[in-house]
Amino acid sequence: MTGWNEIAQYTVSGLTTGAIYALVALGFCIIHNATGIVNFAQGDFVSLGGLMMYTFLVALGLPVLLSFPLAVASVALVGALLERLALRPARDKRVVILIFITIGASILMRGVFKQIWGKEALALPSLSGEYPLRLLGATFTPQNLWIVALTLAAIVALGYFFQRTTVGKAMRATAANPRAAVLMGIDTERMKLYSFGLSGFLGALAGVLITPIVTVSYGVGVMLGLKGFAAAVLGGYGSFVGAILGGLALGLLESLGAGLISSTYKDVIAFLVLLIVLFVMPSGLMGRGERSRV
Amino acid sequence: MSGRGRGFFLGLAVLAGLVVAVPFVMPNPYYLNVLNVVALNAIVVIGLNLLIGYAGQISLGHAAFYGLGAYISGIFTGSFGWPPWPTMLFAAVSVGGLAALIGIPILRLKGNYLVMATLGFNLIVNILTVQLDDLTGGPSGYSGIPSLEIFGWVINSDLRFYILVWSAALIALLLARNLVRSRVGRGLRALHGSEVAAAALGVPTERYKVKIFVFSAVLASLAGSLYAHYYGIITPKTFDIFFSVELVTMCIVGGLGSLWGGFLGAAFLTPLPQVLHFVEEYKDIIYGGILVLILVFLPEGLFTRLGRLPWLAGRRSP
Repeated sequence: MTGWNEIAQYTVSGLTTGAIYALVALGFCIIHNATGIVNFAQGDFVSLGGLMMYTFLVALGLPVLLSFPLAVASVALVGALLERLALRPARDKRVVILIFITIGASILMRGVFKQIWGKEALALPSLSGEYPLRLLGATFTPQNLWIVALTLAAIVALGYFFQRTTVGKAMRATAANPRAAVLMGIDTERMKLYSFGLSGFLGALAGVLITPIVTVSYGVGVMLGLKGFAAAVLGGYGSFVGAILGGLALGLLESLGAGLISSTYKDVIAFLVLLIVLFVMPSGLMGRGERSRV
Repeated sequence: MSGRGRGFFLGLAVLAGLVVAVPFVMPNPYYLNVLNVVALNAIVVIGLNLLIGYAGQISLGHAAFYGLGAYISGIFTGSFGWPPWPTMLFAAVSVGGLAALIGIPILRLKGNYLVMATLGFNLIVNILTVQLDDLTGGPSGYSGIPSLEIFGWVINSDLRFYILVWSAALIALLLARNLVRSRVGRGLRALHGSEVAAAALGVPTERYKVKIFVFSAVLASLAGSLYAHYYGIITPKTFDIFFSVELVTMCIVGGLGSLWGGFLGAAFLTPLPQVLHFVEEYKDIIYGGILVLILVFLPEGLFTRLGRLPWLAGRRSP
């Protein structure tokens, strides 16, 4: 019989990974809303965040308070560069073509990461201490708390950005109706650039936060990116609330599935549930459904 | 584009001529091996390209159908001693049935949801082939698959397999061309233009989408079975999501919705990693870079581009 303590434990770890998936999923949504495409390099933003943090913090020995913003900012810059160098010059703006450009860019980026950081897994120290904390029968580390707290902070900041700032409102307008946005004098091309920068920022945040728990190497982004994509789809692609719920749901599903049913089949369980949800609700939990006009 | 009358058969004759000539010009088994893989990929890509280019449905799960074909053929002939050819048919029918079963709910999904559902299907199949190791041999693979045999002629060399697989690829091309020119093909083109309009005009869009999905899955399964008998050993890694991505990339690079484009995409991208072997260190960088450059600057695909060259175009088309 599985005890309460174990369930509490699985819930803690599920919420932690869920928070990471939510950050990645938000990155997918922001780019989708601005450009209509899926950015398959999103996962590589995550690994690059961890790798950059390693360089600043461990290799260069900079303090955490400096390394963290530097790592996140550099990945945001890479995101913006991806939009500028590979997507904007594209001759054909069909969604399929643009999506596969991001896949090509993802392969290219992993090749570059392998050259710079090698193939070995790199470890990062926790943001603060390793001493375990106990609450309601579950044991967790300060890093778990950091992940949940900083994810919440990022969500609040995003909410403020999209609701209150001019640029955020302009980005929402671009998502709602690009043509109308252009007519209102919004530079939609610039909004696309920002959306990639912002996604790079969120991906890097996820990478910096998760690396102390799972280590980082050039290829870890693939699976994290897929899980983030799955979370975004589960929540209803493009919906921010959906991305957060989808991320948490996927994290919990995996963790509880692994703990209570079978750890070898945790991904099978997660994806099977995802497929069933999609078959019943074809546009995810919070999706509004795509209606086509003639 | 899709091969009007004479143009198509001229192309087919040229391709067939090339296929016959190659073993005489370069009998080196290494090159034949590469060309065999090109043909196997081309068989999958022909079907997939119809699904994407005509029905407008992106599947990132076709490596799973390829893998299922390979594993069903491999396990039933290897572990249970079934005869290879009927097993191949059995695999194709089972995979086709499975595709029809999951195709009905999956193809109702749109855009990203469809991409995710097919990816999820591929991931599940892939994890199962790794985990069910009593049956599949697990991550190290399943070996001891017998070679194919036609009336006592054992297909156990690169040259013999070359003859078989290229014949199969040409037949697949012919089948696909017939499908494109049939009522279903016209319906699919209408569907790609506007699903609502096609449905309003009486095209049973759902049924056609499932039909083409099943057709492409069956081609993938057959290619997978051939692969299994050719190599004698199969591993889950060969059929992972990266291969699915590669297959769709072949369609796009070759030219979406063009029958020949699939061949060209397969012929261009299959040997590329091996060509880049001498720069092993930078392989991913160059491969990814080439992909990005082609998609950014030649998005209509290599085939469409070739078709525009004045000495190949023949006549001006709008």
